[in-house]
Amino acid sequence: MKQIEKPKIRIRGLSKAFGSNQVLRNINMDVASGTSFVVVGGSGSGKSVLLRCLLGLMQPDSGSIEIDGQDITKLPNAQRSEKLEQMGMLFQNSALFDSLPVWENVGFALLNGHLRKRKRLSRSEIYAKASKGLELVGLNPLKVAHLYPDELSGGMQKRVGLARAIVSEPEIILFDEPTTGLDPIMGAVIDGLIKNCVDTLGSTAIAITHDMASAQRIGDQVAMLYQGELIWQGKAQDLMTSDNPYVHQFTHGLMQGPIKIETKV
Amino acid sequence: MQISKKFFIWIALFGRLVISGIEEAGALALFGIRGIINIFYPPFYWRIFLKSLINIGYLSLPVVALTALFSGGVIALQSYTGMAQYHVSSAIASIVVLAVTRELGPVLAGLMVAGRVGAAMAAEIGTMRVTDQIDALKTLSTNPMKYLVAPRLLASTLALPFLVLIADILGVMGGFTVSIIKLGFSSQGYIASTINAIKPIDITIGLVKAAVFGFLIALMGCYHGYRSRGGAQGVGAATTSAVVAASILLLVFDYLLTDIFFAK
Repeated sequence: MKQIEKPKIRIRGLSKAFGSNQVLRNINMDVASGTSFVVVGGSGSGKSVLLRCLLGLMQPDSGSIEIDGQDITKLPNAQRSEKLEQMGMLFQNSALFDSLPVWENVGFALLNGHLRKRKRLSRSEIYAKASKGLELVGLNPLKVAHLYPDELSGGMQKRVGLARAIVSEPEIILFDEPTTGLDPIMGAVIDGLIKNCVDTLGSTAIAITHDMASAQRIGDQVAMLYQGELIWQGKAQDLMTSDNPYVHQFTHGLMQGPIKIETKV
Repeated sequence: MQISKKFFIWIALFGRLVISGIEEAGALALFGIRGIINIFYPPFYWRIFLKSLINIGYLSLPVVALTALFSGGVIALQSYTGMAQYHVSSAIASIVVLAVTRELGPVLAGLMVAGRVGAAMAAEIGTMRVTDQIDALKTLSTNPMKYLVAPRLLASTLALPFLVLIADILGVMGGFTVSIIKLGFSSQGYIASTINAIKPIDITIGLVKAAVFGFLIALMGCYHGYRSRGGAQGVGAATTSAVVAASILLLVFDYLLTDIFFAK
């Protein structure tokens, strides 16, 4: 693993088990400020659990997650919440609030979350900010702002989810399978928007995916997770040419190789 | 040897059942306490509260009103049938007003709201759980207990007494209408008997019961929704559990409160 002197995110010895099922095993990784780090791996390899630990939605069994040198797993709740306020998240299924119109989804942090107490904006000001966020992700606010999430296509929901993640200009943005369920063209569009937003905001990004094309488009650095262990890390452009047999099999979608597909549960 | 082994297996199963029951009761109590605490600590989401108040209080009015109206009428009719042979049919007005204000108003309104609102709360929060919307709330630094649970608990606790007050009035009106039109009572005599029979404490206790029932309905709806797992099936199970648990708890608490207030 390449060590970075002052990483934005530093993970050391992270482990998590559910009963006898060890999902994460001694994960170590550094993410430099302003870069995009992509974790690839098959279903059930522990990617989502890693992201949930980062977000504070799950407590790891052991190990540390440092953000700007502070271990968030050991911080008291209030300070931990403050740290987490620096983060934005795009969920796999977008996780938009279906009882709220699009603009209220995008401006949620300003209307109800941590930014409400800090910025004290009126609803019209928040609407303007949400509209700007929608424009950033290529949506016309005049057309979509007052629609409800179930009136949007999957691709548009992803865009709204992305707008919600970036509207508070977070220092860290996390992406959970950003292109899952989208056609290849829409997937490329979403990846382009993600790259553009991350570059514009100067944020640090971590994405998890099993879409190789997406991993290469979004990532500066890529790591592969297999059975809860990070078995390979390198540059995004080296992903497809890696001589690691696991990475080679996974990236090329081969049936033969060291990765055994379990067909029986 | 075989018998003793089986015996211990049964003991173990029973023990597991008891422990999981105690765990569930503890989790529910903690959830309720956290919900109450979050009502009193800012921020409080007034918009969600008002929306819930309208949904529970105003939109439940038709179903509660119809239930109360017909129940009042049925009590009058049944009492008359039973009492005509003892020539004490003048007591019908008292029976209707006391039955409605003390018992039927709160209990029937509670059961109707449990079916309508408790189920909806469990389904809405359960769907939010299984579609990651509750996790999304956390990532947007919004406490789900404050945003989803506290406003609903308060709205339901305040809306039920209002609904029961309307149910009381309509239940008495139902009894009155049947007694006058069908049973041939004099309206003045019926109204006088009703006023003589009713005491403010009867209405007040009915409203206290309603507030407790309102809290229980919202608590069950939120709790089962919040803990639902496993997609559509989990949400369905949570909804059923919320309605069944709220209905049973409501009847248990009705007995307890009646015992506290009326038993001598």
